[in-house]
Amino acid sequence: MNTRFNRRRFLEGSAGVAAAATLGPAATVWAPAVHAQTLTLKPEKGAKLRVLRWSRFVQGDIDAYMINVKKFTEKTGIEVRVDNEGWEDVRPKAAVAANTGAGPDIILSTNDDANLYPDKLLDVTDVAEYIGKKYGGWYPAGQAFLKQDGKRWIGLPLGAAGAMMVYRESQVKAAGFDSFPKDTDTFLKMMKALKEKGTPGGMALGNATGDGLWCNWLIWSFGGKLVDKDNKVVIDSPETLKALEYGKELYATFVPGTLSWLDPNNNKAFLDGQVSVTNNGISIYVAAKNSPDPKLKEMANDIQHAVYPIGPVGESTESTIFFNQMIMKYTKYPQAAKEFLRFMMEKEQFGPWLTGAQAYVATPLHGFADLPIWTVDPKNTPYRDAVKNMRPAGYAGKLGYASAGAAADFIVINMVAEAISGSKPAKEAMERAQKRAERYYKV
Amino acid sequence: MFDRLQNSRNALGLIFMLPAAVLLLLFLTYPLGLGVWLGFTDAKVGRPGEWIGLENYIYLAGDSVTQLALFNTLFYTTVASVLKFFLGLWLALLLNKNLRFKSFFRAVILLPYIVPTALSAIAFWWIFDAQFSIISWALMKMGLIDQYIDFLGEPWNARFSVIAANVWRGVPFVAITLLAGLQTISPSYYEASAIDGATPWQQFRHVTLPLLTPIIAVVMTFSVLFTFTDFQLIYVITRGGPLNATHLMATLSFQRAISGGALGEGAAISIAMVPFLLGAILFSYFGLQRRAWQQGGADK
Repeated sequence: MNTRFNRRRFLEGSAGVAAAATLGPAATVWAPAVHAQTLTLKPEKGAKLRVLRWSRFVQGDIDAYMINVKKFTEKTGIEVRVDNEGWEDVRPKAAVAANTGAGPDIILSTNDDANLYPDKLLDVTDVAEYIGKKYGGWYPAGQAFLKQDGKRWIGLPLGAAGAMMVYRESQVKAAGFDSFPKDTDTFLKMMKALKEKGTPGGMALGNATGDGLWCNWLIWSFGGKLVDKDNKVVIDSPETLKALEYGKELYATFVPGTLSWLDPNNNKAFLDGQVSVTNNGISIYVAAKNSPDPKLKEMANDIQHAVYPIGPVGESTESTIFFNQMIMKYTKYPQAAKEFLRFMMEKEQFGPWLTGAQAYVATPLHGFADLPIWTVDPKNTPYRDAVKNMRPAGYAGKLGYASAGAAADFIVINMVAEAISGSKPAKEAMERAQKRAERYYKV
Repeated sequence: MFDRLQNSRNALGLIFMLPAAVLLLLFLTYPLGLGVWLGFTDAKVGRPGEWIGLENYIYLAGDSVTQLALFNTLFYTTVASVLKFFLGLWLALLLNKNLRFKSFFRAVILLPYIVPTALSAIAFWWIFDAQFSIISWALMKMGLIDQYIDFLGEPWNARFSVIAANVWRGVPFVAITLLAGLQTISPSYYEASAIDGATPWQQFRHVTLPLLTPIIAVVMTFSVLFTFTDFQLIYVITRGGPLNATHLMATLSFQRAISGGALGEGAAISIAMVPFLLGAILFSYFGLQRRAWQQGGADK
């Protein structure tokens, strides 16, 4: 994958422009830390912290997280209560907390949540710069999400639930392909061959918040996008039309029922052997590998991961769920909260946590790309670069109410589903999406 | 002063009503008022809104997804309520007979109502799954179909599937309440009508139904209200998909207001439900509680 080109193109067109520009030469962002970093925070006396985070997708994540929390309490005497909620439930809870000024001190949330209420979040620039400099710099996507004005960090990147192509190696080989296709044309050929062999693939087209993100990849691969860098809605375009025409051919190769698929459906179908290719986090593989069922263990050996194929735009256009860490401004213990985030992001804690999460969470920092977890099992490696290669869902515009609203309203996913399933002509689906998106971006 | 207060019927009345009034004001009037207000603003999560008048409503009136959600809600409510009524009445009539193990059956019938909605919704999600549906599996085994039914992937299939789940869950409420109503009807009416030579149908038409109508009015009002405002079943089974074919006003309101952060627009969708709900209540009170008809007379 041409990551250098990708990164440059990403910065040219995304909300990260301002952020990156103020950072000066790219070398500053990417150079490993050469100076020892110091940051002195003085947690308030008697501080207690409440953390709300998304529930683990793999058990090792929360186990390692709680070990780190315990270490923090032992070291500082600060009691920390961690509440877990399904990741889609964190968004409304965080929103209510921000709105009412009461609730958890720290919230680990997703995507552009921080951009919904930037004024309600504590400025964590000192911690972000300290950690960034110490560990080789944050990837641009993290800055696009959390340092949109180029000056102030409103949260710390935590990583991303990398979404990759998950496939059965034996079935792909049986369909006549020695390796997973790297471009969209060959990918379509492979999907057709798999369908003919009776081992079709399938990707979610229901209102699936996570797994439906492949629709962004589809549109971006052909040069389409919801908005341009000035937040002007441009989804009704010849590029989008091409993507939808391609998608229609792709949909014909899918296993039946994908229009109803929510996030868990492809996992279930894949693990049951009904699907040969899908898009997902590493959780399918982890579930198979850790299963006591010998059949699933055998399947784990056959599971492989690959980055998304590259479309006519000639660069990677991955879309994935981003994780952030926000400190709410109303917290009574801002210093303790900052110290908590700093502590959790230090190599002694963050390294074991990424390892415990079994590659489910991709590193947001350059300096953690050399952890053994990414190479100890070659199947983990594609997930390492998820943050490095991702585009924010609001590409190529600024993140905020409009991007969050448009994503939550499934505008792109609905458009793709309508057009490629033949429920609506592609042109009509694009026009509907354009109209719906304009409503959000008018604000 | 205290003595005077103690002896004043009006003052005591006011004091005794105060807790209920506070509860109503705090938990009903205030949220409703806030919702109405938000519907006229462009409030976003974490940002107070500005007054924008009817803009939300004007946009929603022309928004194809909202129009579809309104149609879905009306369709869902009408079909599910009618089915729940007839199935519930039928069950109530059966349970009102002298059956063996009557108490057991009456208890069993309540099970769907007792199970938490989210859990039963997950069960239905599996039952209607595109790959794992037990219905499809059974029909395949019987040789009646040659491929799995796409229950939730085809818009009309999905609508009827979620209606089936709602009916399954809602029938016990209708059945048990109507059963309670049936048991208040004095057997002497049936004896008298039997002596007059009434057939079972005539007994049902001229004795049971008129006397049951007040209960039917109340039950169906509640049933329509619960169905119209349904959220959990849809949220768990389809999230409003496929292609928004099962989005109800309540789920769309949540999606726009909470997930999407557009509190004002979400509130407007919720408030847009109120006239329909008021209509349902008025219909049941003025339409079904026709006193003259219940007493054997004709409508005036």
